[in-house]
Order: sequence, then C-alpha cells, then structure tokens
Amino acid sequence: MDLLAFGNTGWGDELFFATLMTIAVSISAMVIGFCFALIFTPLKLSKNKFLNFIGNSYTTIIRGVPELLVIYLLFFGGSGAVMYVASIFGYNKYIEINAFITGSFAIGIISGAYSTEVFRGAILSIDKGQFEASKVLGLKKPVHFFKVIMPQMLRLAIPNLSNVWQITLKDTSLISVTGLVEIMRQSYIAAGSTRDPLFFYSFAAVLYLLLTFLSMKLINKLETKYRRGY
Amino acid sequence: MDLDLMISSFPKLLNATLVTLKLLSLSLIFGLILGLFFAILRLNKNIFLNKFSYFYSYIFRGTPLLVQIFIIYFGLGQIEFLRSSFLWIILKEPYWCAIIAFSLNTGAYTSEILRSAFETIDKGFLEAGDSLGISKKIIFYKIQIPIAIRQSLPAYGNEIILMLKGTSLASTVTLMDLTGVAKYIISTTFKPIEVFIVAGGIYLFMTFIIHNVIKFLEKKYSYK
Repeated sequence: MDLLAFGNTGWGDELFFATLMTIAVSISAMVIGFCFALIFTPLKLSKNKFLNFIGNSYTTIIRGVPELLVIYLLFFGGSGAVMYVASIFGYNKYIEINAFITGSFAIGIISGAYSTEVFRGAILSIDKGQFEASKVLGLKKPVHFFKVIMPQMLRLAIPNLSNVWQITLKDTSLISVTGLVEIMRQSYIAAGSTRDPLFFYSFAAVLYLLLTFLSMKLINKLETKYRRGY
Repeated sequence: MDLDLMISSFPKLLNATLVTLKLLSLSLIFGLILGLFFAILRLNKNIFLNKFSYFYSYIFRGTPLLVQIFIIYFGLGQIEFLRSSFLWIILKEPYWCAIIAFSLNTGAYTSEILRSAFETIDKGFLEAGDSLGISKKIIFYKIQIPIAIRQSLPAYGNEIILMLKGTSLASTVTLMDLTGVAKYIISTTFKPIEVFIVAGGIYLFMTFIIHNVIKFLEKKYSYK
C-alpha cells in the first residue's frame, strides 16, 4: 500500500492524474468521433454512389485495420502532414504536435467509425412515417433534423453508443505507446522504477474496471431519461 | 509516394503476416474451448460457478487487452514459485504469453456470445428432445450445440475480426507480427503512409476473407 501513497513517496497522485488523463482523452476522442460520425453518417446514407463509397470506405478501413496501426500512422505521420499543410501557407519551421492531440485524434477517428455505424443503424430504424410527416408539414431541413430525427435517433443509439464508449475507453490504453502519460504509461513508469509490474498493472486493470463500471452506471441513467414515455 | 519502399516492404510484411495468423488461429482455438467451458458454467444453476464465470467475463471484457498482456508478460514473472515451476518454460516466452492473454480475452467474449446463443434456443427443441426420450447429454451435443453455433455465427465472426486486430498488440511485447514489422519499417524509414497502405491492405484483405467465410457458413447453416 506504501506504493500508492500520495506525494513523493508513492505513486498515488501520479496514478490519480493519469486516470484523469485517460478520462480526458476518452471524452475528447468521443467528441471528435461524433464530429466524424456527423460527417460520415449522411455520406453513408446518401444515394449518390460516390459519396456513399467515401462513407463506406471510412468505416470499412478503420474497422478492419488494427488500432495500433492507425495510431502509428498518426504519430509518425501527423506532424509531417501538418507541416506539409503549413508549408503551403508559407510556414516552414518544425511543428511538433502535442501527444494529447495526436492521441485523441487517433482514437477519435477509430471511435468515429463505430459511432457512424451506430447512427446509421439508428436513423434507418426510425419509422418512415416520421420522415414523411415532417415533409408533409413543410418543416425546414434543420428543424426536421434537430427536432424530429435527432431525439428519436438518440434514444435508439444510446445503448449502442455505450458500447462505443467502452471500446473508446479501452482503446486509450494504446495511446501509451506514444508516450502520453495516461493510466497505462504511468503504470509502465511505476513498474519500471519499483520493479513491481504485477502490482501496478493489476492496479491499472482495477482502475479501468472502475471506469467502465462507473460509466455504465451513468449511461444507464441517461438511457432511462431518454426512454421516458416508451 | 515511395512505390519502391511499398514493393520492397511487401515480402517482409507478408512474412510477418504468418506470425499474425499463427497467433490468431491458436488463440481462437484456445478461446473457443475456454468460451464454451465458461458459457456452460454460466448456464449452471450453481450460484458459485455461475458467479465465477460472470466475473471472469466481466474482468476480461472490462479491461484493455494491453493491460492483460502486460500483467501476464511482465507481471507473472515476479511470482517466485511460477519462476521455479515448469510453467516458466511457457511464461518466459513472449509468444506464449501473448497467446495466453489473447485466448483468455477472446474466451471471455466468446463465452458471452455462446451464452446468449444458448439462451435464445427455442424451448420447443429441448421439449421435443425430452419427449422423444433422448438423454440430456445427447440433447446437449446433438441439439443445443449445433443450434447455438448457428445462432452465434454472426457475432463470432465479428469477434474473429476484433481478435485479428487484437493480435497487433503482440508487437508491444517484442513479437514481430504484422504491426510490429510495420512499426519497425516506419521508424527506420519515416514513411508512415506507404507502410500503412501496405500493412493496412493486408489486414483489410484478411478481414474481407473472414467476413466472407462467415457469410458463407451462415448461409450454409441457415434453417431455410
């Protein structure tokens, strides 16, 4: 237990902040994923063959390629790509991207592919009458989307989104390969300096279990909220 | 785009694919055995066995695969009696540690898939078997298992693909699988996009094959 003391003698505070980092990366990855899903879900549902192809390639490639490979691509290629774009605008100095941004972006792209599938499924299972009714009423497109489709879509999507959240949360452990100090990286450092890997990795497992357990509780509450009246 | 690099790295990556496939097939076989075992425990009415199986799948599904590999590879070596026992021959090899971690992980998911498949079997089948006077064992082997396999095929296909992606974590414990070699080439040439296209293409090809094989099996074993 001495190993977990807060302050300079133990690893308690370090692991605490590492846990906060894991939560922060997961949340920002989830948000980035939603942005991707908002772009790619309409593409996947579109009748235009070309747009459809783009949407399908995104989800197929990301869901068929290991997460680590995507992370390596962004980690090694990310600053190069940003520097290339910057050089077009006449900025030629070296740019290093923060590990947090690369990490959440990488996990965000992955979680976005899963979210896209979830949203697509949810929209497809909304009753056709709802689309027709809002058309007949002459609702404008934004009103139609935000007031008619979105609330129903969210209710249908939440159970599956909770799965996406779990996957995202667990995927953040892979970011540790890029050196961002989250739970896994911190345990690695602690295990290396105390020569007690069994304890620290088991403790990391407990932290992840705690996070998944607590988030499930929270999501269940959300679910009951959105299921009012059903 | 560096086409030469893509062509020259292709054979190396293809060689590494063999390691990935070996890891995948061995862990799927062990995982299926574990999964079936724990699914049966889960359906048992004995509360202790039932809870044991529940906690097994809860723990392995609630923690990242990376933690599981690290505990087994770095952690277990710390226990003195494991080091002196015959198990150490297996546990000192990263290859077997990775397979143990993957098997336990996919076993947990498989047990959930099989459990729900067993639970959704129409009671009429079991009652029909009962009324024909077939013994419990034969009902299990000849009625429940074939139907459960059919029911769980789509979900199990997904699990195979997830596991294929999971084997990439073997590269974190020094194994040179497809991702490991890809990372090595990236870090020596600093050409991430080219290597990603080749390695990603190989992975996509494998998922494509798995997907279609499962689809074929689904059609073959459907009732209609």
